[in-house]
Amino acid sequence: MTTTETTVAPERPPRRSAAERLRGAAAAPGLGPFVALLLTMAFFSLKSDRFLQAQNLSLVMQQVMVVGVLAIGQTFVILTAGIDLSCGTVMALGQIVMTKLAVANGVPALPAIALGILTCIGFGILNGGLVTAVRLPAFIVTLGTLNIAFALTHIVSNDLTFSGLPSQLLFFGRTFRLAGADFTYGVVLMLVLYAVAWYALTQTAWGRHVYAVGDNREAARLTGIKTERVLLGVFTLAGLTYGIAAMLLVARTELGDPNAGQTTENLDSITAVVLGGTSLFGGRGSVIGTLIGATIVGVFRNGLTLIGVEVIYQYLVTGILVILAVSVDQLTHRRRT
Amino acid sequence: MSSPEPEPILEAHGLVKHYGQVVALDGVDFDLYPGEILAIIGDNGAGKSTLIKALSGALQPDDGKIRLEGRDVHFRSPLDARKAGIETVYQDLAVSPALDIASNIFLGREARRRGPLGHVLRMLDKGRMRREAARHFAELQIGIQSITQAVETLSGGQRQGVAVARAATWARRVVIMDEPTAALGVKETRQVLDLIRRVRDRGLPVILISHDMPHVFELADRIHIMRLGRRVAVVTPKTHTMPEAVAIMTGATRTELEQALTKEGE
Repeated sequence: MTTTETTVAPERPPRRSAAERLRGAAAAPGLGPFVALLLTMAFFSLKSDRFLQAQNLSLVMQQVMVVGVLAIGQTFVILTAGIDLSCGTVMALGQIVMTKLAVANGVPALPAIALGILTCIGFGILNGGLVTAVRLPAFIVTLGTLNIAFALTHIVSNDLTFSGLPSQLLFFGRTFRLAGADFTYGVVLMLVLYAVAWYALTQTAWGRHVYAVGDNREAARLTGIKTERVLLGVFTLAGLTYGIAAMLLVARTELGDPNAGQTTENLDSITAVVLGGTSLFGGRGSVIGTLIGATIVGVFRNGLTLIGVEVIYQYLVTGILVILAVSVDQLTHRRRT
Repeated sequence: MSSPEPEPILEAHGLVKHYGQVVALDGVDFDLYPGEILAIIGDNGAGKSTLIKALSGALQPDDGKIRLEGRDVHFRSPLDARKAGIETVYQDLAVSPALDIASNIFLGREARRRGPLGHVLRMLDKGRMRREAARHFAELQIGIQSITQAVETLSGGQRQGVAVARAATWARRVVIMDEPTAALGVKETRQVLDLIRRVRDRGLPVILISHDMPHVFELADRIHIMRLGRRVAVVTPKTHTMPEAVAIMTGATRTELEQALTKEGE
């Protein structure tokens, strides 16, 4: 019990000191992306008088809501050091299932929505199952399911567009006025989903395990975390968010469009996550950053349209954006290790 | 009951493990007593790692018995061993670098809030986890700036300190340390060795696997020597010198125990 060399460390106060809190806030995830968002907004407000008008900003949010919800699922997957390339086409399939059932098959709106969401969850389980049971890289699995969902979208829809949707399918596209601006219920739903995702990731043991699996999977397994169950859960939840995104897409476009969600939404969701500061190497990042990242993407698309840049150049700009963001991630990662 | 001798806390009898044609464990016996540091030494391929894996649940022996506090146990996974109160520290710094120290200590065993916040909303009790982690670090005298630091900001020695503190926090019966200093520098190794001693002084018996003879002779209360899948001797730093122990380990000296085992085998 008695050792001679006793350099007893003083009892550490468990509360964080003010200096620590300040340092924590400076390094807080989301601060860098937030500054980037402000700079982007400042740029477009100088270029276009219409940009900062309430009407335009509420339009930006409506455009953000679909990609924003997709990006929640994408964040979960990327935090585990995976990636989901199938999110856009899975959403497109969910959207076709909902609208076709409601319009062509006379299924009531709520079951139609539920079946569309279940289709997306099914794809999530398929992705997660292949990643955990067959131990394939998420990149390859989701590249495969991207194509499967794409094909099914066109087969199920017969390349037809479904319109004349029952009003319940359009609910989340409806607006209400608040402080002189129009908000859709879909934007509110998106913010609620972000709050839930933030809570799950930062305030629960499951969230810790998601980070731990992406950070050092073997270490996570050795501490007794059921890493495969965590991964399967993450992909399944991602499928759920794609289903909800499909419902929001239907409400916004008032259509079931077999050509929706094939390129822009897919890449935009990954761009949003990476711009939001979540590392493609896994284990680092936050869903709040993703919300800011999705808003940056929305602001870029809206702003470029306002100042009259052609759509094809918008692809160019988002392509450059995502490569820039990934480069920053890679460089900081290299410095850490 | 009548025996004044202390009972071993963990013991094994006649453990056998084959990998195809290779015999990794050839009927090895093992015992660990309360409050001691038991070093396991042996040449490469002598069966040290296999023995440790069997004791920590990472593999199942083909034959033989393991008893914990006198009761037969069958560990089907490291989780089983952990539930029985046996924690293992690995050489390759099995921590989660992006998570903070407190989160690493509690990883996989997070504390939840009391009341409905914890039961219904599954909310973590971060304050309690930080306080308890800080208390363990103070008791083990591991110097760190803050319990909320990310583990990647720590030195290698401090990181291994986190792994040892995690094991010491959760182990109720035994801590196994598999080459805990293999990845560390000289100064950091010193810190971890002191830490191992403090873990023992807190009352937890430690099994230490090491290649480093001076460290083994400095720390161990008893030394279990493996050769060719068997325990050929148990010596202490008081009864044997380092060259003598190495001679037994390499087979230059045949111990009585080994001679008896060989005769038995014939």
